[in-house]
Amino acid sequence: MITKREVITIPESPVIHPFGTRHTPEMVIDLSKRAINFRIDVLRMVYQNKTGHIGGAFSVAEILTALFFHHLRVDPANPHWPDRDRFVLSKGHACAMLYAALAYRGYFPVEDLMTFRTLNSRLQGHPERQKTPGIEVPSGPLGHGVAIAAGMALAAKMDRSKRRAYVVLGDGEINAGVIWEGALAAAKYKLDNLTAILDYNGVQQTGATIKVMPLEPIAEKWRSFGWHVIEVHGHNMLRVLDALDEANEIHGRPVIIVARTTKGKGVTFMENDHFWHGSPPTSAQFEAALSELQQEVGRWQK
Amino acid sequence: MAEIVKYPFGEPISMRKAYGEALVSLGKAREDVVVLSADVSNSDYSGMFEDIYPDRFFNVGIAEQALVDIAVGLANGGKVPIANTFAFLFATRALEQVRTHLCYGQANVKLAGAYAGLSDSFDGPTHHSITDLAIMRCLPHMTVVIPADPIAVHKLLPQIVSLQGPVFFRLCRNEVPVIFGDQYEPRIGKGIVLAEGRDVTIISCGVMVARCLQAAQDLVRSGIRPRIVEMHTLKPLDRELVTRCAQETGALVTVEEHSIIGGLGSAVAEVVSDTCPVPVKRVGIADRFAESGPYHALLDCYGMSVNDVVIAAEHAVAAKGR
Repeated sequence: MITKREVITIPESPVIHPFGTRHTPEMVIDLSKRAINFRIDVLRMVYQNKTGHIGGAFSVAEILTALFFHHLRVDPANPHWPDRDRFVLSKGHACAMLYAALAYRGYFPVEDLMTFRTLNSRLQGHPERQKTPGIEVPSGPLGHGVAIAAGMALAAKMDRSKRRAYVVLGDGEINAGVIWEGALAAAKYKLDNLTAILDYNGVQQTGATIKVMPLEPIAEKWRSFGWHVIEVHGHNMLRVLDALDEANEIHGRPVIIVARTTKGKGVTFMENDHFWHGSPPTSAQFEAALSELQQEVGRWQK
Repeated sequence: MAEIVKYPFGEPISMRKAYGEALVSLGKAREDVVVLSADVSNSDYSGMFEDIYPDRFFNVGIAEQALVDIAVGLANGGKVPIANTFAFLFATRALEQVRTHLCYGQANVKLAGAYAGLSDSFDGPTHHSITDLAIMRCLPHMTVVIPADPIAVHKLLPQIVSLQGPVFFRLCRNEVPVIFGDQYEPRIGKGIVLAEGRDVTIISCGVMVARCLQAAQDLVRSGIRPRIVEMHTLKPLDRELVTRCAQETGALVTVEEHSIIGGLGSAVAEVVSDTCPVPVKRVGIADRFAESGPYHALLDCYGMSVNDVVIAAEHAVAAKGR
């Protein structure tokens, strides 16, 4: 029997695993399952409105889930809390996944997700600060994130605040020169309160990064710019959680987590295919993708 | 009105030095002000701030895009960043950052555009900034302010910092005459009538204001009484004053150190075409690049001499009622 008190304390948004709690198997399973469910939400959003970017959203599902449901110190009820951690989705085209994470985290109603990219929606085609609670800066034009997050980290240092700045980068995105301008500045100012996460899915709009603009040796590049580099499997929730914690322990240098991911992760026919960078699925493709993702959720429930 | 303008003008003072001094005063008054530079702080004199407040000064290197983006991040943390580099670089190389984050994202970042117009005269057209006003003016949410002399720099800079949202503050490199006395009290968004007249209104901004005041003396001698308006805020433009001048004087001349495309002349013409169509003559640089040379000689050679203003005013008067 549910007592009155228990009814009151049932949280409206799903339980988070607060920062600092141990990465138990139960927590890892819970977060992994959520990431797949967010993929299903993104699939529905893009399918219903026939517009949006699936591939790069699917590759950051675990990363954004780990951040918003465990690692980030934020308060959806008080999105402008001065000492909140700052988050920038520099690869703004993956915002459908960010919107799903923000909605379930409690920043706005989950029902709003299906208004993605439609008229009068708070969910613009790429992130916008004024309309969407939880968005710090607009993004979409690629390359801004490192320098902006460096400015955020610099402000935190000036305030002697423990708040941190996080930025998720696409791999195609780091073709842009301003990324490396920001990387130089973050190293100059020893911004150890800045963590970048590179969604290294290996595919950009017109093909494989190795063909469009080779990035290797990626870890050496960032190290030579004065960054501490952590390399992880970006769909392994435990590894992502551990890497985020490890980054907090590095002193005197900014950190980049190079997360090896798969574009279109979770749907066999979408994986590693640049066609799914920005194309909506047909109804048959939607059904097939939905079925595959639902089976994947089921596997985690066993 | 006479007390606003000094006749004769005061001794020329370096506008960039005045800017450096104004920054230092601001640094004392406001602890939330931070200053960023793309490694030109000994050119634009933002280095004077660095000397006094090194912990609030950031040289990000020759990286104008990061300059603006880092300022955006600092603004997100509650600082009021003033980013410094050459005006043309804000309006060209860093423009995407300015549009996306300052204008669309409404980041509270101030851009101090140094060496504007032809004022970096000897460095030549690569360094001249003759399209910055057109570019900045068309961006939603942007405020564009152009001080006319060193006094104006001191009076306008604190207002810019108090204003919420992005501002482009357009600065001259060189020694310019002091035209304003202590009575000068500009308010952002409001033009100032410096001299009354009924025959034509000359609307100008920046260092061209001094040349317009000189042109007015010549015009008076030839029987034309011009009204002189200083429009230190290009955006939001003082539409009410522009319309009133069109109604009361029947003809307008605009004078700016900028291309005649897209700047003050265009802004004024846009207003009066809506509210009170009258002849508008635009003084500025024609649709072309200038060349290297001494500053005042360049202004004279490229369509911005005192005589160019006089001729434009005469043509405007002649065009009335036609």
